[in-house]
Amino acid sequence: MSGVEVNQSAGESLFAEYAPDGSFYDEIFRRPGDVRPGWSDFLSTVARIGRTELMSRWLQAQEEIHETGIAYNIFDHSVGTVRPWELDLLPQLIASEEWSRLSVGLVQRASLLNRLLADLYGSQESLTRGLLPAEWLFAHPGFRRVFHGQTPPGGTFLHFYTADLARAPDGRWWVVGDRTDAPLGLGYALENRIVTSRMLSHAIRSFHIERLAPFFMTLQETLRASAPNHRDNPRIVLLSQGPSGPNYFEDAYLARYLGYTLVEGGDLAVRDDYVFLKTLGGLLSVDVILRRLSDEFCDPLELRSTAGLGVPGLLQAARLGHVTIANALGSSLVESPSLMPFLPRIAREWLGEELVLPSVATWWCGQESAREHVLSQIKKGHPLSIRSAFRLGRRDAIEGDRFRNTDSREIAMLLEREPCNFIAQEAVQRSTSPVWCDDSPTSWHLALRVFLVASKNSYHLMPGGLVRLDRDSAPLDLSVLGGHLSKDAWVQATGPVQEVTLLATAKQPVLLRRSGAELPSRVADNFFWFGRRIERAQDTCRLLRPVVTRLTGEGDFESSEELAYLIHCLAEQGHIEPGFAVEGMKDRLPTIANVLPSSVLDAELLGSLRYSVAEAHRNASLVRDRLSLDSWRIVHHIERLLMRASQLEQFSEFSSKKGSPSDSQKGLLTPDEVGAFKRQPFGLVELDELLGELVVNLSALDGLIGESMTRTSAWRFLELGRRLERSLHVVSLVQSIPSTSIKEEGRVLEAILEVADSIMTYRSRYLAAVSRTAALDLLLTDETNPRSLAFQLATIADHVAHLPRDESKPLGSSEERIALSLLHNLRMLEVDDLNPTSGGKRTKLERFLHQVVDQLPKLSDLISHRYLIHAGVARQMSENKGN
Amino acid sequence: MKYKITHTTKYTYDAPVPVCHNVVYLTPRNTETQSCSRHRLTVNPSPTTHSKRNDYFGNAVSAFSIATSHKLLQITASSSVMVEPRELPAEVNTTAWEIIRDSLAPDHSAQGLATYQFAFPSHHVPLHCELADYARESFTSGRPILEAVRSLNERLHADIKYDPKATTVSTPIFEVFEHRRGVCQDQAHLMLGCLRALGLAARYISGYVRTLPSEDKPRLIGGDASHAWIAVFCGEDGWIDVDPTNASFPQVEHITVAWGRDFSDVCPVAGMFIGGGNHQLDVSVDVAVVD
Repeated sequence: MSGVEVNQSAGESLFAEYAPDGSFYDEIFRRPGDVRPGWSDFLSTVARIGRTELMSRWLQAQEEIHETGIAYNIFDHSVGTVRPWELDLLPQLIASEEWSRLSVGLVQRASLLNRLLADLYGSQESLTRGLLPAEWLFAHPGFRRVFHGQTPPGGTFLHFYTADLARAPDGRWWVVGDRTDAPLGLGYALENRIVTSRMLSHAIRSFHIERLAPFFMTLQETLRASAPNHRDNPRIVLLSQGPSGPNYFEDAYLARYLGYTLVEGGDLAVRDDYVFLKTLGGLLSVDVILRRLSDEFCDPLELRSTAGLGVPGLLQAARLGHVTIANALGSSLVESPSLMPFLPRIAREWLGEELVLPSVATWWCGQESAREHVLSQIKKGHPLSIRSAFRLGRRDAIEGDRFRNTDSREIAMLLEREPCNFIAQEAVQRSTSPVWCDDSPTSWHLALRVFLVASKNSYHLMPGGLVRLDRDSAPLDLSVLGGHLSKDAWVQATGPVQEVTLLATAKQPVLLRRSGAELPSRVADNFFWFGRRIERAQDTCRLLRPVVTRLTGEGDFESSEELAYLIHCLAEQGHIEPGFAVEGMKDRLPTIANVLPSSVLDAELLGSLRYSVAEAHRNASLVRDRLSLDSWRIVHHIERLLMRASQLEQFSEFSSKKGSPSDSQKGLLTPDEVGAFKRQPFGLVELDELLGELVVNLSALDGLIGESMTRTSAWRFLELGRRLERSLHVVSLVQSIPSTSIKEEGRVLEAILEVADSIMTYRSRYLAAVSRTAALDLLLTDETNPRSLAFQLATIADHVAHLPRDESKPLGSSEERIALSLLHNLRMLEVDDLNPTSGGKRTKLERFLHQVVDQLPKLSDLISHRYLIHAGVARQMSENKGN
Repeated sequence: MKYKITHTTKYTYDAPVPVCHNVVYLTPRNTETQSCSRHRLTVNPSPTTHSKRNDYFGNAVSAFSIATSHKLLQITASSSVMVEPRELPAEVNTTAWEIIRDSLAPDHSAQGLATYQFAFPSHHVPLHCELADYARESFTSGRPILEAVRSLNERLHADIKYDPKATTVSTPIFEVFEHRRGVCQDQAHLMLGCLRALGLAARYISGYVRTLPSEDKPRLIGGDASHAWIAVFCGEDGWIDVDPTNASFPQVEHITVAWGRDFSDVCPVAGMFIGGGNHQLDVSVDVAVVD
């Protein structure tokens, strides 16, 4: 007895300051100090861990989410476009019996909605028998006639059903939203679980918390079994809207977790009414599509959307049963809240059962009696929320509660004019739960999103879910982006839980494979450019560093030839205005020192360091599902380094002119940094530090690419991009060396070797002062130096020879010819050619370098054309207007 | 009246098109007064796949795709159609329009539903209260429906100037209403907007009209074009066709191809293609009377 008391007080101490509002149901406390049964043991466990330790684990977990995990786009450009998902440190516990009751209701609801879809896209008995008003269907803008008549395999329209639940003050759960288009939020729930299980791994075991992995295995099995003609090893892809969509990161995360190829509409093609994936090696047939793209965009041919998404001809392929789409096209029809008032009767008529889980009280104003009721309630001042009756393409997610502040007379007029388009809903007083805000628990309102997947003629509920919280109780059932915080949902099992992982291959034999999922052309394109840009960033850092060192250093560099040479290189490569590199440079040095930080950090300047890193980051984000987490972490880190640096730089420029900066200018800066920069602007010293850090990170990235990436086509394209860029860089360095002999030639050559990261090799070989022939040999013709041009060209030739190709063509491709001829010409150079003495005439070396500069971009274009720009975008044909 | 109709759609591209997908509504329907005895769809280059189905409204729709590279796509529909004259009821004897309006919703039969759906807004015909006000001048209380429709038809014909340059396929009807200019498609959409704003069921019809040669000039081959008009549901008298462009009730001059809620349901030729650069569209329709 005393033990319990100790536990309780320990649990309470954590929540001593927590005071939930008594008019709502609180998930943990019946009233302040009175913990609900089921929670006290858990709270004492948490209390034992201690608040400080808990916070530190949580911070670490947050950092991890930030760096590696899920983030989602919000269209907020002031702080970049990506916002991390914020997870509260305490999960929501749900007892086993309560969960079983919910499960019964949710399975019933999923089955009912599935049956309703089959009916509405078939015989429409629900209308002829008067279970659903015909007006509801005909006024529904999502009732696209082209979806009618589909007969998906097994009659399954809904492979996934997602519901938003809220708990009323009496403790009952209500359905506040149905989601039948795509299971949005599933990835976040998974991500949350991965974090909480790391934070509270012991508690997960000791409280018998159900694992999520079995659910995902069921999901995989359902999709596998749904393939047309029951193919044994069907190709399943996850169709995403792409980076322009708000769910892209979740799409990528799920695709990777489930092992499906992540595709956008442009990666798929319909040929002969079958669906194919466009890959480097050609077209590969697709059997099942896990659809995360809104159904109205899926087939621009038949749905006549002009959004540039989707796959022309997809609907016909689905109609003919050549591909299974999960959920079937048109499934979003039944997720409109205006359907809710009719579900109880449909359940009684069709299933002979009462609807187990109630929906939030809803009136569809398209019905006269309902409209009159709503109008009289509004007149009485009863708080009803007025919303759009139909969800379409997740559009009302933005509208939200748009009539919250509209006066009641205006609402009444609107309802009279367009009755079918509106519903009124009773506001649910959602339950509260403590969340940690600024170190103390505060009571927020929650909504629980749960996920079901079809399985063997029924549905299977994921034991867990996504809890979203907000400060107030207003409807937050709209998009997955709603709410400010999330929690993991823990469902307690009655006994110990078996540990399963998604890689449950213990007993079944594994087929050995040497290649991973197929590489869509779009992905290869991103890898190619990712390679080019990280190389460009690295080369730029290596070129800038000696300049910055010399400009900030003590030595008398002002008149030195090497600084002139380096500045010439900077101008040649477009990092500073060409005007700086002319005669009289000496007088301009102070100006160069001034403009260098800003031009390096100028995101608008094509090819600047900031630009290259931002582009590399963009390319990487587009193929995140194929990059190792560590690689992504580095790319993300250097992008943030530069973003911060450029904010500091702009800010210091700003504060040197006037006053204090606005919040948007502060951006990622901490208050300390803001303070510091009032005193010290972002100058060469800071730039030097930044470059040092970048070089280290970029080298680490090199290491990962070299040592951790499997040698797939993706790697080859990345490598090709890198080698091409590095070749051009080396050539540009060599071309910038003054052709005639100069007085400080040794120091210039040393500088170039430093930039090309070859100075150590040089010193180990030659003890004497730097000679031009020896330096050029190391930079150009020495195939053992991984920084030399010869090394790059040999590698390029090798990669080009290994690209997927049409085996029936006997001779080499144009790409191979260019690569080989450059390599050949380089190998044909003689020692004398490296240090020519011919006066004035174009030397053999110059001609060769010129050829490299001319041919490599051509090679890049040829590769792009053959492999990367597969077919382009489908466009709508003009339509004729009658007379 | 017997017709032979040739409808040719030609796309000319600057650059090769490796793939295209098309959906076409070019097969004339069979109705109480019309029968299509022969129909042939010719596509050049020949399609890799071709399928035919009936859509939600009972129209025959053909879908095909071409996977051979081409710079010219030609789609030709040739049809032989017999059109019988339709006897219109005496206008004064038709039912009052409110009675017809009120009869739509209670009818839950499959046929009733098939009619009722045409009383709702659609993609090109959104709800505008201003159109109801405009229509009400013709639809006075208790007026026989056909009389009211004739009045609306004549007013629209007088108010909306025929102007092929004023609109595109995507001009909203409200703009047509405000500027009072457009072609058959706009006039049809506008009239649908008026009728549906009153709660009546009205559908869009895509088809052809025979153009009569004037005294001194012979009929020009290919001078005709595809045409659009509407039909309104008149209770016991069924659907009655109305042509706002010509202020007429079609008899034997109109050949029905397909119907739907608006143009977007029955666009004669729609498609998507890859590559191709700029493209040019040429359409010719030839409606010849067969003796």
